[in-house]
Amino acid sequence: MSHRTLFEKIWDAHVVSQAPPADVSSHGVAPAMLYIDLHLVHEVTSPQAFSGLRNRGLSVRRPERTLATLDHSTPTIPGAPPIDEAARAQLAALAKNCDDTGVQLFGLESDRRGIVHVIGPEMGATQPGMTIVCGDSHTSTHGAFGALAFGIGTTEVEHVLATQCLLQKKPKTFEVRLEGELSPGVTAKDVILAVIAEIGVGAGAGHVIEYTGSLIPRLSMDERMTICNMSIEAGARAGLMAPDEVTFAFLKGRERAPSGDAWDAAVARWSALRTDPGATYDRSVAIDVSAVKPMITFGTNPGMGIAIDQPLPASGGDDTTRGQLSRALGYMALSPGQPLLDHPVDCVFIGSCTNGRISDLRAAASILRGRKVAEGVRALVVPGSFGVKRQAEAEGLDQVFLAAGAQWRDPGCSMCLAMNGDKLSPGEYAVSTSNRNFEGRQGPGGRTFLASPLTAAACAVAGKVADPRSFLAEAVS
Amino acid sequence: MSRIESRVVSIVRDDIDTDQIIPARYLRTTEKTGLADGLFAGWRYDGNGDVKPDSVLDSPANQGAKILLSGQNFGCGSSREHAAWALLDWGFVAVIARSFADIFRENAVKNGIVPVALDAGDHARLVAAANADGGLMVTVDVEADNVRLADGTTFAFALDPFAKQCLVSGTDALGYLMARKADIDRFERERES
Ligand code: SF4
Repeated sequence: MSHRTLFEKIWDAHVVSQAPPADVSSHGVAPAMLYIDLHLVHEVTSPQAFSGLRNRGLSVRRPERTLATLDHSTPTIPGAPPIDEAARAQLAALAKNCDDTGVQLFGLESDRRGIVHVIGPEMGATQPGMTIVCGDSHTSTHGAFGALAFGIGTTEVEHVLATQCLLQKKPKTFEVRLEGELSPGVTAKDVILAVIAEIGVGAGAGHVIEYTGSLIPRLSMDERMTICNMSIEAGARAGLMAPDEVTFAFLKGRERAPSGDAWDAAVARWSALRTDPGATYDRSVAIDVSAVKPMITFGTNPGMGIAIDQPLPASGGDDTTRGQLSRALGYMALSPGQPLLDHPVDCVFIGSCTNGRISDLRAAASILRGRKVAEGVRALVVPGSFGVKRQAEAEGLDQVFLAAGAQWRDPGCSMCLAMNGDKLSPGEYAVSTSNRNFEGRQGPGGRTFLASPLTAAACAVAGKVADPRSFLAEAVS
Repeated sequence: MSRIESRVVSIVRDDIDTDQIIPARYLRTTEKTGLADGLFAGWRYDGNGDVKPDSVLDSPANQGAKILLSGQNFGCGSSREHAAWALLDWGFVAVIARSFADIFRENAVKNGIVPVALDAGDHARLVAAANADGGLMVTVDVEADNVRLADGTTFAFALDPFAKQCLVSGTDALGYLMARKADIDRFERERES
């Protein structure tokens, strides 16, 4: 067999059939029919798919390969009701749809509920070599386990519910090689923000990214997930990494992971999931991560990022670039060439499927411990799941956050997309550990600086954009 | 639909994300319809929810238009198919852009919206023509794989063959998958045995 990339191995193992249907053969190649091992479902992108099934009189083909949760429109203030009747109806619709079809739901009452991309790995449902989809673009997160995981639209959700398959055109491969060691205060979030700033928000279109290089084996699964999560912000539907001992150690003993003999067999199978020497990618870039500093975005797409101690770009470049920059800075009420350090901040959001896992909360707590959130700053800490919440509480992190004056919430997407009522007011500035700084993403008129949990916590304490490295230097006892 | 003739509505910016096309606060729905009011809401309405005087989607001349002209990487960000539904609900059945984000392109085709990607030179010429003539009429011909202007100018584009098939003859992708049930059964048997 020829030399294959990790992606190609997973792809090849899931092609049900490639034969063109009779009615399109005259037009050339039909897309492959790809089998889906795990289908994750949430309340926002699924109701129309379930209605479609009902209208056609179809059932869910493999309910046990489907896992549902409520995360986007759910309240995060403990005990609070959904924000409005529409949100309540949307949450109820998924509960009913799951009830009718036999899909397991981690519903409002479940103590294992959480953001879909946090609970899949937490339960061990996300495994190497799988194909994983969800009506959600950050499904790329699961690629951290060496799975081919990508977001789909609601029509495709319906296809997978009905057939466990998707019609997919084979994407190209894009190697992002990350070499070197991270400096103190620099995290996986900074790495991926630096990658996106370097290659651009559209660079990955039509491609699956594989992250390779000496950095990857040194990263924890939480860090790997942060990187793969934001593949979509570089335009790639999927980003993945070869599984290794770190992956296996993470999965071992989790409820949905194999056990006993099946575990040994699985590890043997998973160990072959790496790109063969001599296999080639359609495109490659190499990035020296030892040069990466804490990053922050200043504009209205995730590619508009700078090292936190750098000034904003001066206006320049071609007309399009200049126009886009001036629009973005206009929205953000910032000027070309100005520094971002010391810029006042109204709100700090620590959470999301990018940075809402336990190590993210530990990082934030390491700066907030013994310190106070600055006067006038609203700080929300929103764990990615109830599992993360319980773990944080067992470690006393909740007390650190509360003592600092931050809010300690129930899990959910919360201010990452501001559809549950957690949002910015027009004109407010937030430092956010989420993944998107689009206009109005965190509330109409709201302005978002994306950064790591360390940086976000530093900004919360300073009340303005601050370099986390200065906080690490002066640890509080 | 294989041929669409309409004036173009220009919102020529790069990297228009699906949060701009339809903000999350409009997603608390279980339906595909009724989303036109949310289309580009952040750019259409002022702080009181009133239509801004310069809203292109609300200018009387643009009512009934079917073709949107945009920039590079249109539809990036969230996978929300609501973006396609909102465009459709407003009346758009084709988007001409420099390029499209992957998930949006798929969602568009599944809803009968033609994603027309033009190369840089043609895109720039079309944008210039649209800037020069606010009511520029354009024909998107899916079967002929081109965009035509009244003066005879023609810009070629390429669609994925299966996407083209779906758009031209309304091929039902789910029906196709369902018809291959025996293949799926076999695949599952072989893997799970
Ligand atoms: S946390 Fe944000 S990015 Fe992640 S699934 Fe929720 S809304 Fe999407």
